[in-house]
Amino acid sequence: MADRKRVAQQALVDRVLGGDGRASADERARAFRNEGLDPPLDALIGKVAGEAAQVTDADVAAAKASGRTEDELFELVVCAAVGRSARIYDAGLAALEQALAEEGPGHAS
Amino acid sequence: MRLDVLNHGYRPGTKLLFAVIRLFSGRPLPDAAKLTFYRPDFYGTRAKEFTHEAMRGPSAWSVGDRELMAAYVSKVNGSAFCIGAHTATATRAYQDEARVAAVLDDLDAPPVEEPLRSTLRMLGRLVRDGEVAAADMREVLAAGATPEQVRDALAVCAAFDTTGRLADAFGFELLSPEGYAAGAKFLLKRGYR
Repeated sequence: MADRKRVAQQALVDRVLGGDGRASADERARAFRNEGLDPPLDALIGKVAGEAAQVTDADVAAAKASGRTEDELFELVVCAAVGRSARIYDAGLAALEQALAEEGPGHAS
Repeated sequence: MRLDVLNHGYRPGTKLLFAVIRLFSGRPLPDAAKLTFYRPDFYGTRAKEFTHEAMRGPSAWSVGDRELMAAYVSKVNGSAFCIGAHTATATRAYQDEARVAAVLDDLDAPPVEEPLRSTLRMLGRLVRDGEVAAADMREVLAAGATPEQVRDALAVCAAFDTTGRLADAFGFELLSPEGYAAGAKFLLKRGYR
């Protein structure tokens, strides 16, 4: 049976990575993966994907001061958050499938 | 919010809608809702669809259980806005303030039934460490959760891991207890769409 929740999440991931944006698709993908970004953007995105509660006004101000528009930052922050959540979703589903495979047939759903 | 476009960059029709909501409810729209109106084709439309499916779509978990999971994930992430919002919503859904407070205070102490407790513990580990092992999942299954319930819980976790991060990154304004209570009432009546 199709997991409608998973399908809806995948639609969000596909949109933020593959649809139109003010930031390039390449840069959105980097924000999504939290890797390969230049300072000061890397600090902001790293916090969004890591300890998001530690994001400060100064982190956002520094990213803006480096020439980023607010729309680019909106997109890149969204990509960073959606990307980190996608990783834990994937990891959880993979661990579940592994547990079910180890239990053997009969438990599969 | 930390980006001016998220405070002021809405289309005239959307601004009018915000004003009408403020007029009738007596309070401004919470930032969590506002965000979904900003360039909705980029984020809001699909985020709402996913969140609604996770929180209100078919599931063996009750709405209260799922709101509690959202509150718990937010607590592990230290996301103040979402802790407030989903503590209030879980409390209203269960009609049991003590139960929600007890779970968020100490997952091991209160009389939370399995398999909810094991599921929350697994979600906490996943959010904190970014990974879980098959052994963690076997524990949850042994505690009585079905594979479908685990998948449903992971969807709730993903939805609120994202929302909490955006709340903290964009700097959602915290609400008063009355504001969270009003939001909870709305979310139980209308959902996330």
